[in-house]
Formats: sequence, C-alpha cells, structure tokens
Amino acid sequence: MLSLPSLLQEAHAAYEPILPAWILLLPLIGAAVNGIGAFNWRENKAIPSIVGPAAVIGAFVIVVANFFAMSAAAPHDPTIVSLWTWMAAGDLRVGVDLQFDQLSMLMMLVVTGVSSIIHVYSVGYMREDPGYSRYFAYLNLFVFFMLVLVLGANFAITFVGWEGVGLCSYLLIGFWYENRDFASAGKKAFIVNRIGDFGFLVAMFLVFVHFGTLSFESVFAAAPATLAYGGAVVTAITLFLFLGCTGKSAQIPLYVWLPDAMAGPTPVSALIHAATMVTAGVYLVARSSVLFAMAPVSQAVVAAVGAGTALLAATIATQQYDIKKVLAYSTVSQLGYMFVAVGIGAYTAGIFHLMTHAFFKALLFLGSGAVIHAMHHAYHEVHSHEDPNDMRNQGGLKRFMPITFATMWIGTLAISGIFPLAGFFSKDEIIWYTGAYGYGILWGIALVAALLTAGYMTRLMVMTFHGENRTGSKAQPHLQEVPAVMWIPLVLLAILSVIGGWVNIPDALPGLPAVHALHDWLHPVFEPARGILEAHGVHAAHTSPIGGGEAMWAGISTVAAAIVILLTFRALIRRTWKPAAESAEPTGLAGVLYNKWYVDELYDRTIVLPLLALWRGCWRLVDAGLIDGSINGLAAGTRAVGWIGSLFQTGRVATYMFYFVTGVLVILVTFLL
Amino acid sequence: MNLDIESASLILSAFLFAVGTAGVLVRRNAIIVFMCVELMLNAVNLSLIVFSRSLGLEAQVLVFFVMAVAAAEAAVGLAIIIAIFRHFEGVDVDRFNILRW
Repeated sequence: MLSLPSLLQEAHAAYEPILPAWILLLPLIGAAVNGIGAFNWRENKAIPSIVGPAAVIGAFVIVVANFFAMSAAAPHDPTIVSLWTWMAAGDLRVGVDLQFDQLSMLMMLVVTGVSSIIHVYSVGYMREDPGYSRYFAYLNLFVFFMLVLVLGANFAITFVGWEGVGLCSYLLIGFWYENRDFASAGKKAFIVNRIGDFGFLVAMFLVFVHFGTLSFESVFAAAPATLAYGGAVVTAITLFLFLGCTGKSAQIPLYVWLPDAMAGPTPVSALIHAATMVTAGVYLVARSSVLFAMAPVSQAVVAAVGAGTALLAATIATQQYDIKKVLAYSTVSQLGYMFVAVGIGAYTAGIFHLMTHAFFKALLFLGSGAVIHAMHHAYHEVHSHEDPNDMRNQGGLKRFMPITFATMWIGTLAISGIFPLAGFFSKDEIIWYTGAYGYGILWGIALVAALLTAGYMTRLMVMTFHGENRTGSKAQPHLQEVPAVMWIPLVLLAILSVIGGWVNIPDALPGLPAVHALHDWLHPVFEPARGILEAHGVHAAHTSPIGGGEAMWAGISTVAAAIVILLTFRALIRRTWKPAAESAEPTGLAGVLYNKWYVDELYDRTIVLPLLALWRGCWRLVDAGLIDGSINGLAAGTRAVGWIGSLFQTGRVATYMFYFVTGVLVILVTFLL
Repeated sequence: MNLDIESASLILSAFLFAVGTAGVLVRRNAIIVFMCVELMLNAVNLSLIVFSRSLGLEAQVLVFFVMAVAAAEAAVGLAIIIAIFRHFEGVDVDRFNILRW
C-alpha cells in the first residue's frame, strides 16, 4: 500500500485520483464473494459478516483519501479516468470513464459512508436470516452500481449504474420472495422505474443527436453554443431526463413504488430507499445543471413537481400506521424538497439537503429497524402473529429501548428543521431560496409541508415510544434494546445528523460564524449553470415574497416547527390507541389520507386495468386468433393433404400392382403417341 | 394374314405378358399371383430370344440372368407365402394389408 502523506504531496500539483478503480472493485469483489457464499457456504455467517462491511469500508477509506487529495489540490476541472472503451461505432464512442469532481466526490462520501454504517448495522439486523450471504451480495452489488452511477463521466455509464441500482433495488425489495406481496412490490418498483428509464433513454438519444457525444464534460461545454436558451430541444432533453428522475427518485407521478418498497429488509430501506438510490434523480439534475439552467420551463416543472410531491406525501404520512410507511412517505416528501432546490437553481442547497437527509433519514430508518427488530423478537418469543411494524402495536418503547429512543428523537428534530440540527440548515436554505427566486406559491407549499413534517414525525415518535405499551402483556417482557452492533450505527448517524448541517451556515444568521464550506466545495461544478442563470437575469432576492429576510424566516420556520412538535405531542400523548387487530378502518379525511388519496386505485383504474384489457384483447385476437390460427391452419392443411395421400396406400399388393400397370400404360401411350 | 416367325413370336410374348399382368391384378390366391409373375418373366424371355435373332447372342445371355433371378425370386417368394400361410391360415392376398401406415 502506498502511504497517504506521499500521495497527498504528489496531489498538490494536480489532483490524481488515488486507486480509482479500486473504489468500484472492492464492493464488486465483496458482491462476488458473498454471491459465491450464498450458494456454497450458506450456513457460514462469519465470511459475509466480515467481507460485506469490509468491502464497503475499504471503498470508503479510499474515497476519504481521495477527498483529502482533492481538497488539497482544489482542481477547477473534473479529472476523467478512462478505463477502457466500451462501445465504438461510427461517431459514437462510449468509454468506461470515471469523473472525479467535487460533486461526485461528495456523493461518493455520502454513499460509501452511509453504506458502511448500514452494512455494520445489517450484521446485527439480518443475523437470523437464512439468506444472510445473499443479502450481503446484493447490498455490495448495490454499492458498486451506485458508485458507477455517481462516477460515470458520460450518460451511458451513469445509465448503467442507474439500471444497476434499479436491479439491486428490485432484488432487495423482493428479498423475502416467499411472500407474494413482497415479490409483487419488487416487480412494481421495477416496472414503475422502467417508465422513468424510458425518459432517461430518450433524453440520452436526444443528447447524442444534437451533440454527437455522451460525455458530460463535452456536452455541458458545448450546450450554451449548440442549443438555444429556452429552446424546444433543451426543454425536451431536460423534461425527459426529469421523467427518469421522477421514476428513480419517487416523484409525482411515479412515486407509488417507494412506499411499497418497504417490503424489503429495513436496512435496505435505509440505504437504498432513503439515503442513496432515490437521491440519484437529484444528483442527475444537479449533474445536468447546465442543461436545466438553459430550460426555464423544465426548471419550473421540476420545482413544481417537487413542491407538489413534498406536500402530497407529507399529508399521506400523517395518517399511516406502519412505521416504515410513515418514513417512506417522509422520504418522498423530502426528495420533493431536493427537487424544488435543484429546480429553482439552488443546486448546492439541493445537494446539501441530499447529504443531511441521507444522515437523518438513514438514522430514522435504522431506528425503526431497531424497533421492528425488538418487536419481532418479542412477538416471536410468544408465537404471536401481530404486525411488528404497526405503530398501534407499539407505544411506550422508550422504557425498553432508551438508545433507539434518544437517537430517533435527534433524527426527528433534525428532519423537522429544529435549530441547530442538520435539517434546519439544509431545509431552510431550500425554503429560503424558493422564496428568494420568486416562486411564491411553491414557497408557501414548502413551508406548509415543513410543518406537516414536524407533525407526522412527532406523531410517529409519540405512537412508538411514548404513552402506554400496546404490545400485549405476554410479549411485553421480551422487549429489549438492540445489540451494540445495531445501536452504535444509530449513534454515529445521530452525531452526523447533529453536526452535518454545520458545513454550510448562511451569512444572514446572526450570532453564528458564516461557513461556506459546501458552497465553496461545489462552486466549480455549478459555476457554468450559475453563469447561465445570471446571464438571463435569474437572481435571488434579499427578501421573501411577503417581506422579511433570511434570518427572520429561518427563525419563524424553526419556531413554528417547534410549536407544531409541542402541540402534536400534547395532543397525542393523552390519546389512546387500540392495538392494530382491534382498530377500525379510519374514516373521513383520515381515511382518505390513510388510503393515500386513492392514488394507487386511480392508477389501477385508469392505467393498469385498461392496459390489461387491451393486452387481453391482443392476446385473444392477435395471438390466439391471428398467429395461432394461421399456424394451426397450416398444420391442419398439411395433415389433410397427407391424409388424402395416405388413401392411396392400401397395403394390398393388387392395388399397388394396378397403379404400377396404369403408370406403365400411361408411359407407353405417351411414348407411342 | 401372313406373319413371319418373329412377329408371331412377339405377339405371343405380348399376349403371355398381358395374361400374366391380368392374373396378378385380378387373382387373389398368392400362389396364382406368383405363377402369373413367372409367366410375365417368361414372356419377356421369349421376346428376348426373338430379338437375339437380329441383335446377337447377348440377348440370350440376358435370358439366363432372368432365369437365375426368377429361380431366386421363386425361393424367396414361396418362403414368404409359406410364412403368410402360417400366420393368416390362408393365402388370399386381399386378406392381408399389414404393410401400410
């Protein structure tokens, strides 16, 4: 191994990525070893327990070394590492190129860092599972593809990663494939994502048609000169790209798969469906910031869809009873915030929220996993078949699980935007810029959704940890705190959720040192897009749409969130819930929200069922009628001809003799005449 | 009518051949059918003899070949007829049509 200081010395001149291929190879090797293990030493839990986390932690260490090297060199342009040429045909040349710049570096840090923590947690969570080795194979493979996604230096390589994480997501949602519902949830995720992937593909084709290349660097360099600002082409490209993002990042109209994806193991929900994969869409918009900056229509669409999703998902989250469903809708809602940010042009704010959200949402999911783990264990001990995920069966768990309780409250305060936790800085930056860039309605929606966030998260905490325990008198004595391998990751993420926001503290806040670490770090990446926006007169105002500066509104929103938390807490702490088995279905507005605005049913009626009817018609008419009919007709005709021919074969010598003589006579007559 | 020996012999040969053919077609007894086949072969032999008068002795050599083949065929054919007789207890050719699909 090379020593780190000497590498740093060299890096000063120009940034050279350290062991770039190994960042990808380590998780891939881990996936291969665990994949072999899933077949050959299924009972052995020691090898996956070591190889799985070690592969990702190893990648994390290399990424951190690269991070120091990059921050020492502070390169202005991205460094491209070309591994080999993947496709060369005509004008098209697609190389397996890795792009090392500040954005991909930040994404790598988040992906490998959070993945490392979650891999360690999984060792405890999945310990009893028969598919232990298979689980780590999938999880390692996911990390590999996620790194391919963020490291790709052209649309094609990013698309490979994009599809790869979709595959791993499918495999892990349907991890317990013996359960039919879980397997269907995996299929749903895959199929809904296909719709988005179609958009990504079309965007990629359009880029190639107009630029003749797929490389990010050349496309973004050529874009301002090649395409007209606000023209149809750039609008089409960005809207199709955004269609891909709505699929992968669970935005309206394609968000429906993410809540169902909670069928997978909880660490998977934390890693793939909260912290990393679902943020790929935000990353893609940020990566293509130059194109989006040139298309004001697309920007407005992205921001509006983001804000709409943030509000819709937040309303649904207020009436869910499955602890993971609440967090799933919360994730959809927070992703909406990120899209608002990258839509309006506040790219750094979007990536900032992506980072802090990865910390506190992973924390909340792992905390819910700890709760489910404890609940499952307790029910398992007394052979009960109650639902361990249902918050109506929980309650009062703070006595049994103090560490989980404390860390989850930190996550809740962070996501609610309470000062000085991570979510305060990132979310308020998004809300502030939404107002400052003049998107008045979206600004209002974002504020309302932020208050709803505080509300539903407090409801989750109260139902899970406060009040009377509803687990049942028999199972209750078996409730206990999770082992250290699971709570240490919680504590690590809680620390990150507290301090994660301090990398970016706005000037406007009084009494705090202004920190621009993240803005400065990402400056080279977003500089071209910023230039385009400013050249076309897009500026951030210094007051919100209804007056007041940044500090005032940050104060108002954090105080309002705190008030919502207190009111929700006071209102719900005295309420009593019946265990899930004894509860009636919610009715009225609560029922509508509990049933998720009936969006699934709407899609079923308007899209799924008509398509099914159409395909059934095709099957009956085209397949069974036309294709089968012609083939069967041909076969029947052949048989009929054969049957007629077989009539001549009587098996009697006299008949054959008759034919023979007739034949001879015919020949003779022909010759003689 | 004034026929030379060749024409008369060829007409006789054709007559015999026709008789043999008719016998094969209309008779049911396998032995009779078999004898009719022999009759056809010998009708051909007769015509070969006639042709040897104008075309040379090679035709007579061919007659010996035909007789040799006919003798061999008689041995095999009779053996088959005996086998059929044992199986079907009769030699009526219309009664066995097993040689078909």
